[in-house]
Amino acid sequence: MGANEIKLEDLHRQRKAQKFNLWLGMIGMFMMFAALSSGFIVYTASGVDKGIKTILPQAFIYSTLVIVASSLTLHLAVKAAQLNQLAKQKILLIITIVLGIVFFILQLQSWSTLTKQGVYFINNNASQSFIYIFTGLHLAHIVAGLWVLFGAFIGAAKPIASDRNVFRMDLAAIFWHFLDLLWIYIYVFLLLNQ
Amino acid sequence: MSSTVLSHDAAHHDAHGHHHETFLTKYIFSQDHKMIAKQFLITGIIMAVFAMLLSLLFRIQLAWPDKEFPILEVFLGKWAEGGRIRPDFFLSLVTIHGTMMVFFVLTAGLSGTFSNLLIPYQIGARDMASPLMNMLSYWFFFVACVIMIASFFIESGPASPGWTIYPPLSAVPTAIAGSGLGMTMWLASMTLFIVSQVLGGVNYISTILNMRTKGMDLWKMPLTIWSFFLTAIVGLLSFPVLVSAVVLLIFDRSAGTSFYLSDLVVQGQILPNEGGSPILFQHLFWFLGHPEVYIVVMPALGLTSEVISTNSRKPIFGYHAMVYSLVGITVLSFIVWGHHMFVTGMNPFLGGVFMITTLIIAVPSAVKSFNYMATLWRGNIRFTPAMMFAIGMVSFFISGGLTGLFLGNAALDINLHDTYFVVAHFHLVMGSASIFGMLCGVYHWYPKMFGRMMNEKLGYFHFWLTFIGAYLVFFPMHFMGIDGVPRRYYAFTEFAFMEKWVSVNILVTWAAIIAGVGQLAFLVNFFGSICRGKKATQNPWNSNTLEWTTPVEHIHGNWPGEIPSVYRWPYDYSKPGHNEDFIPQSTPFSQTMSSNMPHDFEGNEEAIRIQEQWNKDNNRVEG
Repeated sequence: MGANEIKLEDLHRQRKAQKFNLWLGMIGMFMMFAALSSGFIVYTASGVDKGIKTILPQAFIYSTLVIVASSLTLHLAVKAAQLNQLAKQKILLIITIVLGIVFFILQLQSWSTLTKQGVYFINNNASQSFIYIFTGLHLAHIVAGLWVLFGAFIGAAKPIASDRNVFRMDLAAIFWHFLDLLWIYIYVFLLLNQ
Repeated sequence: MSSTVLSHDAAHHDAHGHHHETFLTKYIFSQDHKMIAKQFLITGIIMAVFAMLLSLLFRIQLAWPDKEFPILEVFLGKWAEGGRIRPDFFLSLVTIHGTMMVFFVLTAGLSGTFSNLLIPYQIGARDMASPLMNMLSYWFFFVACVIMIASFFIESGPASPGWTIYPPLSAVPTAIAGSGLGMTMWLASMTLFIVSQVLGGVNYISTILNMRTKGMDLWKMPLTIWSFFLTAIVGLLSFPVLVSAVVLLIFDRSAGTSFYLSDLVVQGQILPNEGGSPILFQHLFWFLGHPEVYIVVMPALGLTSEVISTNSRKPIFGYHAMVYSLVGITVLSFIVWGHHMFVTGMNPFLGGVFMITTLIIAVPSAVKSFNYMATLWRGNIRFTPAMMFAIGMVSFFISGGLTGLFLGNAALDINLHDTYFVVAHFHLVMGSASIFGMLCGVYHWYPKMFGRMMNEKLGYFHFWLTFIGAYLVFFPMHFMGIDGVPRRYYAFTEFAFMEKWVSVNILVTWAAIIAGVGQLAFLVNFFGSICRGKKATQNPWNSNTLEWTTPVEHIHGNWPGEIPSVYRWPYDYSKPGHNEDFIPQSTPFSQTMSSNMPHDFEGNEEAIRIQEQWNKDNNRVEG
């Protein structure tokens, strides 16, 4: 076995480990939201005057559609990266990033709808404050996700070596799809408790 | 495979690494697991000394509540006006002592040091999966330590709601002095600490699962690695929950939400918060908090397993049972948190469930204790300082564990809750036991870390002072607790039934002072031996694990040539038929024909046939 092959094997191993790190990190993030969910359930069960007690804003439906669409465009971008179609990859990435920003804005929009409905963050019915906590913490992760997507875009624009590009896209996609699923989980959870 | 090519490559890699190394990248922002381990250890030791000094301060208060010590005022200023520690500062002392010991010393100092040092060494990897994350993990921890210590230098003093930071004390900044800026700093520090632990933990798990050398399957891993692995899993699943709890707490403190607050009057003012529940915080906190005590004790159990087996010159008794009991503890640790909350008005049925799950933990714990004793039984024991501390660890684990049976009982807990019985229990079973596990690790792996030996005589001196001191400090507390003496009280002079315990407190405090002085022996030994210790040989304890096949001088990438392959489990000590009392994991069975057993070959028929042929040719009778 030559030195190059060993280097390649090391690289392969290291990438596998890095991807694994990402999965573990996502388990950690999931635990955070699981804790909030159980906190919400315990709190809401503590009295009849607790609970969401409002209609969730329409904007949540739109933001769900937007983030699902962004997952699709990102998936296509990964495909393009694998086929070494840099131009296509870049365009799709930009669309994904724009959709991510639209999602962000829609969430803020929904906060303003909520306050118009009289559902404030500072609230003696903390079940309603929980809506802001869930969406706010998710948005914090979306910011991180956008940062990662931006990094992938820079990689494609430079461009970096194609195997690194594919690997980077791979990680970005796993993370972004996770954020997508996480939002769907939060939305369904809130709907069920509406 | 051509090893020449490999060696050349490794040497080249090494030279390349050195070429760029500056003081800053080698000693400060190092990404090398060995250096990061030392950074964690030394930071941990400094935090331990700091936390110990805090404990001596409040022990002085407890023993002589009415006496004045003008020297205290010299150092502490207004916090010890007239030479007497103020009540609110007393609360800060116990809070920060607990926080530092549990998180900074026994979580980061213990796991951080030994996971970093031993995971790549013992599984045969050149470094961690992500050296960068590893470095970040240390620096987040370091900044967390700095912020926590810095809270002693602010006007209102450090946080004081106890290490469990229960609201409302932690959630209402105006509640007591320590609820203000000190509490904010505590939260900032712990947030950084959690980031550090998650970064580190993710790396440990990933490294163990992805970077093992050839032949190192899971059932050939030393128990140290198993314990670090399971500890990291517990941390990964529980620390994020604390993040959630803390996020809600921060909003209660700063934004005016009511997650944890309700119906409060603070300093004559009615607070607007309504509908919150402090019990909610307790649930979220203890969902981390209980697994946390296993994060503290499991690495100590792992280190002890290795040291006891090596120094008994015997295989660890019940290797598989040891692993399964660690797995059992890991799983159970997540479903027992309610036993911290028996007296919060919990539904008695739920209390019963938590009681049963809690008492079941006695099973894996007992398995481990009996296995340690069975390993020692008729062993060819070498009482090195590391071994003394390992045996001490088992002693504390048993005597502290036994009182867990009382506390885990929901009915008895009504009486014992928040008394000194609890203090005695956890200081023995997780405090002293883990500290002893950590010290046993330091004495045992010091030659691997620094290339020199520690002084044995100072080691024994340190052991006996600490061992006897710890028992004298914590044993009498059981009796105080049974009598109903509450923990966290500033003085016991106002209640007639507690006054008699002041004399016991004097004994406890003197024992603490003497044990504290004993730690000087360790500090002198530890820091002195870095430069002046006897030079270590490559394998000073005749041990089997892979770290002892690396050169004494640390090199980038750990092994100068190929990483050794692994052929056997790590506990082949005193194997009958072999000419030495240890066989390293990297020794193939072809070199130990005279000691091989049929089960060594795990059903490989060709190997068994060759062995049988050899036995016949050499007139060897197995057994």
